[in-house]
Amino acid sequence: MNSSDSAAPIDLAALNRRAASSTGRTYWKSLEELAQTPEFRERVVREFPQGASEWDDALGRRKFLALMGASLGLAGLAGCNRQPPEEIYPYVRAPEFIVPGKPLFFATALTLGGVGSGVLVESHMGRPTKIEGNPEHPGSLGTTDLFTQAAVLSMYDPDRSQVVLNIGEIDTWEACVRDLRAAIEATRPRQGRGLHILSETVTSPALADQLAKILGDLPQAVWHQYEPVNRDAERAGATLAFGSDVQPVYHLDRAEVIVSLDSDFLTSGPGCARYQHDFADARRVRQTSPRMNRLYAVESTPTLTGASADHRLPLRAAEIVRFARALAGRLGLAPQGFSPASTVESPGRFDPEHNALHAAWLEALADDLQRQRGTALVVAGAHQSPAVHALAHLMNSALGAVGTTVTYIAPLEAQPKGASTDQTASLAALAEALEQDEVDVLLILGGNPVYTAPVDLRFGARLPEAKQSLHLSLYADETSAVCEWHVPAAHELESWGDVRAYDGTVTIQQPLIAPLFNGRSSYEMLSALFDSSPRSTYDVVKDYWRGQRMDGDFERFWQTSVHDGVVADTAATVRPVTAAAANSLRDTVWSEAPSAGSDEKRSAKLEIIFRPDPTIWDGRFANHGWLQELAKPLMKLSWDNAALVGPATADRLKLANTEIVELRYGDRKIEAPIWVLPGHVDDSVTVLLGYGRTRAGRIGTGIGYDAYRLRTSDAPSFDDGLELVKTGRKAMLAATDLHWSMEGRNIVRSGTLDEYRLDPASPAHAHHEESGEPQNDKEHNHGEPSHEQEVHAEVAHAEHEHASLYPPFKDTGYAWGMSIDLGACTGCSACVIACQAENNSPVVGKDAVMRSREMHWLRIDRYYSGQLDNPEVLHQPMLCQQCEQAPCEVVCPVAATTHSPEGLNEMTYNRCVGTRYCSNNCPYKVRRFNFFNYHPDETPLTAMIYNPDVTVRSRGVMEKCTFCVQRINEAKIAADVESSRVGHQVKVADGGIVTACQAACPSGAIVFGDVNDPKSRVSQAKAEPTDYGLLTELNTHPRVTYLARVRNPQAALLAAEEQHRTGPAVRENIY
Amino acid sequence: MTQVFHPAMNPFSKVSILGAFGLLALAGWLIDQWYRSLYMTQVNVVRTQPVQFSHEHHTSGLGIDCRYCHTSVETSSFAGIPATEVCMNCHTLIWNDSPKLEPVRESFRTGKSLVWTRVHDVPDYVYFNHSVHVAKGVGCAECHGRIDQMPLTWRTHTLYMEWCLDCHRHPEEHVRPRDQVFNMAWTRPADEPDLGKQLVEQNHVEKMIHCSTCHR
Repeated sequence: MNSSDSAAPIDLAALNRRAASSTGRTYWKSLEELAQTPEFRERVVREFPQGASEWDDALGRRKFLALMGASLGLAGLAGCNRQPPEEIYPYVRAPEFIVPGKPLFFATALTLGGVGSGVLVESHMGRPTKIEGNPEHPGSLGTTDLFTQAAVLSMYDPDRSQVVLNIGEIDTWEACVRDLRAAIEATRPRQGRGLHILSETVTSPALADQLAKILGDLPQAVWHQYEPVNRDAERAGATLAFGSDVQPVYHLDRAEVIVSLDSDFLTSGPGCARYQHDFADARRVRQTSPRMNRLYAVESTPTLTGASADHRLPLRAAEIVRFARALAGRLGLAPQGFSPASTVESPGRFDPEHNALHAAWLEALADDLQRQRGTALVVAGAHQSPAVHALAHLMNSALGAVGTTVTYIAPLEAQPKGASTDQTASLAALAEALEQDEVDVLLILGGNPVYTAPVDLRFGARLPEAKQSLHLSLYADETSAVCEWHVPAAHELESWGDVRAYDGTVTIQQPLIAPLFNGRSSYEMLSALFDSSPRSTYDVVKDYWRGQRMDGDFERFWQTSVHDGVVADTAATVRPVTAAAANSLRDTVWSEAPSAGSDEKRSAKLEIIFRPDPTIWDGRFANHGWLQELAKPLMKLSWDNAALVGPATADRLKLANTEIVELRYGDRKIEAPIWVLPGHVDDSVTVLLGYGRTRAGRIGTGIGYDAYRLRTSDAPSFDDGLELVKTGRKAMLAATDLHWSMEGRNIVRSGTLDEYRLDPASPAHAHHEESGEPQNDKEHNHGEPSHEQEVHAEVAHAEHEHASLYPPFKDTGYAWGMSIDLGACTGCSACVIACQAENNSPVVGKDAVMRSREMHWLRIDRYYSGQLDNPEVLHQPMLCQQCEQAPCEVVCPVAATTHSPEGLNEMTYNRCVGTRYCSNNCPYKVRRFNFFNYHPDETPLTAMIYNPDVTVRSRGVMEKCTFCVQRINEAKIAADVESSRVGHQVKVADGGIVTACQAACPSGAIVFGDVNDPKSRVSQAKAEPTDYGLLTELNTHPRVTYLARVRNPQAALLAAEEQHRTGPAVRENIY
Repeated sequence: MTQVFHPAMNPFSKVSILGAFGLLALAGWLIDQWYRSLYMTQVNVVRTQPVQFSHEHHTSGLGIDCRYCHTSVETSSFAGIPATEVCMNCHTLIWNDSPKLEPVRESFRTGKSLVWTRVHDVPDYVYFNHSVHVAKGVGCAECHGRIDQMPLTWRTHTLYMEWCLDCHRHPEEHVRPRDQVFNMAWTRPADEPDLGKQLVEQNHVEKMIHCSTCHR
């Protein structure tokens, strides 16, 4: 059923032989495919795995038949009923601007880690339903990242806390305020000593102002900020390099060469959507501009940034600093007399002296960086050590990057006075104060510190020491359970507020709906507790800004700022920085830390790396169905976290996928399932934070393992000394990398920039061109042509002939088509969530995902190519290809799937009787079947999230991507109405229809439009030589085509990498 | 071996075979008739409404334009049901003490909506858009009938898909000049047989008969 069934320890040598064999570039989706396990073959041949159609309850066949018989009989009766009468509730006094049937869009911002990204929220008569990017916001430019896109569902989460709790008992807001005010008053004679406020990262100017006033009033009170994923290391690194805490803002549009030191700047952290946008723009190879930037990634845990890189080098997390030192040394930045200590050679260690590849890397990088002075950029990962950050800053300074590709601004977060700016140290101080019984009142504004605090702080055990405590949060979670008071928080979509973006730009947040559960904002909470006359959130925020803008017409400023979603001229000013002299950093940045212990001790144990989960982040989205069900980028797991290991480590330790192991680190241990991730550095294990929640809600409680239980305050990111002990048990994981596998027929294609320059069409045909050694192949296969070659012959034949029994599809007027640029796609999966939100796609749950029943219309297929230790990665967004000659249409017995004159492959749910013939006949495996009614527990609240323009599908109905036909119809109707007004025909302008996936995509990889219009963006993209269609040999004439990925490797390094690979492998065919 | 059935049984077998088909046909006809019955289609059935509102009185009698109340009919998918406020624009001055209008005044006082029952209701998987029909020259009366002659409101058409498709397949028989859309009494002039075709040409009326026109 799932990969777990056939999991066996991997045989690295055999897999690598297979990966190295076969002609040309070969891509594989998973280790199972590479090994050609029987299970994988079945996945290819069958549409669903065996058992996918089975009833998934303990219900027996007889009982099922009996129920079916009865329901059929009743269904017949039900058919005699006429349509039930519906009621209309008109307004009593119609609000201005609201036109029933037409959505309104409001600008606001949503935050992660305190940093805001600008959004436009679609509102249907007061119901927010969909998040779009705000084109005027610098952090968004009209696009969104994954978490922003998902925010609307968390607002409607019925598991959010709904009442004020006092030690678990329902109480009132008034009683809470009275109680806490009294406790705060009691600290006043001591100038607030004993009062502690713990918030998440605060970038809000108004909230910071409120807190500053409180601290001014009560100078002995302490304000702590803590988030488990924070910029402590970045702050320390900047302080080392520049002497003050500054925050980098990257300008990737100006960078020609980028070096990532274990950074995932493209898909996580502040400004990632903007960074993706700029990065993709600077490497969009077109005939008119055949140029692109180059990204080198040195990383431990594989990230999407590494997958987008032109060169990627896996190094243990602790080795990154050695690499950075060596590189900085090459650039002439080392202090006098510095010589890198030589290390024993072992995989994952950086050792340029013995390892030719590492030496080549240094050579190539130093060369490229020197040559691109002024347009080079070094980016350090948020979880890397301060030394790495400092070295990155020093290199940027030396390379003339400061001011061009990177600028520095004052930190976005407000600085608490009197407490450490280091968040982990600040929380440790709070834990210490709790231990010393010095905390009288503890106000926790958001966050879940009991769950996320480093385990050595024993925060959960110490928190009850506070005499009076409050937790304001969206959920009554682990922290609420040990606090005296819990107050439900207002969601960001329910509250006013203000927040800074990655570059400092402020957005005034505005509510889209009144708080669903009487939630309170932090502003309101603080005002209620500290102000003599409590103010509403709106007044707090507005009063603050009124104080800021003395000049001019404030109301006008306020209206404009709220409307635009951007407060003009609030981007942070660039701070001049001066790099510290190399010698002054001799003991900090340039000294080899001996703390890691002797080499013998290290080699016996593994490295542990802590990372936020790619979809659940630090655990805050644990109860989010969309994000749980989304296959995590790269690893393609849903509903669980796993301990990630590299293939070589798995081979050495004889580990199989999904095997449960005990992770022993320090004196603590947890159990976690293993997931073998190609490209993961050897001798390291990555654990993902955010799972193992005990009070998350109906969805998030009790799934996965809790990696926080190993995380200590002295090593929040990575450390040596992990032991891994087998338990002999296996976990059931819902991995989707085998789902909907297609027969390997040149589905993803790529090439290099050099190849492109020689022949622009070669990346799109790379596979054919390179199969130039048929003789060898034949010999190896004992003279018989391989299956692969047969396929190639068929392909070549079919592409020339394109003979068809069906008449060619004629289209006049509009012809909708799509082009997806594989070179721009980073695999971030924002489009998948956007599609789910737009099209009312249900969440099916882990068990159903394991049966291949996930309902995503758009999925991201991930393909690997090359050696397992460092494979090339390609992401392919896969959706209905809208074939002109669609194989699904001709087999539908009830004409539920038909073709529109504009080339849409339509799916009419109300006609579908669920034969699934269409899905069976779809070569792309993009049709999804509702095995159940996935909306059974619908309440008026959960139904509010639905897009009213899209049918909510019921059980037994096939569904698939419609090219967002609701948006197409909307735009066409608008054009028709406009035509009647102006008196001549108005066509839908190019770009007038934006599909949900296209709108979300930060890198602009998806272009949609009219292919009959030669000037449209989509036609121009399709005219590129790298354009290719999927399985076109089947004569399906897909309207979705792909642009082959073009990489920009450095020639010398490419040759060294080639050399490094395990010699000329035995050629053997995969298929 | 003797015959099981005597030749005299032949008529019986013929009758039963044909009769089976006949019965099937009859059942089919009955089901068809059932679905077309007024009970099922609710055609000509007056729905109970909170206020006995007369379209006849307000439009024919007083000459109020459709769009005074159904404000978004030209711009949105939904024509709009007037807010209580719209009723009270006049009824604060006239008939302001009529007991028949008490629910309206109550709604205005309490802020609670008047709850109307939908008369023209298409299934939830059908996405009908008023604005485009008005823009293409489909008159109100085309679907709603002579609503200006209805003292209480009822459905005059089944709103079945075959009925929709009838017009979508032959738009020339149903379109009218755009300036006559809100004229309930407009009839096709007998001396201009080609008017429909001209209008279809002129207003770019397409035969929208593919599924995603309405289902999505």
